[in-house]
Amino acid sequence: MQNRVSVFRHEHFNAAHRLYNPAWTDDKNDAVFGKCNNPSFHGHNYELIVKVTGVPDAATGYVIDLKQLSDLVKKEVHERFDHKNLNLDTEEFKQLNPTAENIAIVIYHLLRPHIDADKDVQIRLYETPRNFVEYPA
Amino acid sequence: MVYLTRLEHFNAAHKLYNPNWTPEKNEAMFGKCANENWHGHNYDLFVTIKGHVNEDTGFLFDVKKLSEIIKEHILEKLDHKNLNIDVDFMRDKMCSTENLAKAIWQQLAPHLPEEVKLHCIKLYETPRIYVEYFGE
Repeated sequence: MQNRVSVFRHEHFNAAHRLYNPAWTDDKNDAVFGKCNNPSFHGHNYELIVKVTGVPDAATGYVIDLKQLSDLVKKEVHERFDHKNLNLDTEEFKQLNPTAENIAIVIYHLLRPHIDADKDVQIRLYETPRNFVEYPA
Repeated sequence: MVYLTRLEHFNAAHKLYNPNWTPEKNEAMFGKCANENWHGHNYDLFVTIKGHVNEDTGFLFDVKKLSEIIKEHILEKLDHKNLNIDVDFMRDKMCSTENLAKAIWQQLAPHLPEEVKLHCIKLYETPRIYVEYFGE
């Protein structure tokens, strides 16, 4: 039996966003999203934890080079989202509500193609210290 | 003298942008923080008061009441808001953590009872950046 190990990289980005459905009335958006629907936006320090699981390479002892993983997250996630307004500044959320759930799914799909297929990848995203999501569940 | 601290949180959007400067000068000074469409933070606010312990209660001040005062006069105005646009006491001010900490002090101090004094507003913009203001 081979030893499977999970390694984790912790990154962060700071962004503004607004939760609303443009197909709904203002009243319905307020009822569902509450304060998160503020048309002037609000924001978060997002904490991102990328989990990669696999068998350590025989030659290096690494599941994945964490410096390379960090560079990948900076390039694919940080540059897109850090100090940005997710609703206004990003292609990914032009028509997608930037809930923590959707952000985690988007981040997974941004990173997955760049990590070897024999590794499992999971995203954990903290919107606040008390609210976080994981994808895949 | 005893010091009592209450921790609260608020999530807000802001940008660092001086309207008297060109966009180029703003970007040179503030970098990504000058994004005209704003960015955001989970702010952590530590409010420290000082005074003497009441013999009957053992309290400096009822911390539940302190939390309600902070919620009413600060959090209701800042949480899930855009600090540049939505907050009357930040209008015409640069929305730096420094100015926000001072403004929170000025908003809060008049609403504390006579027996306690505000000692410090400590405001974390991120886990690695915070400001302290002692009212001087």
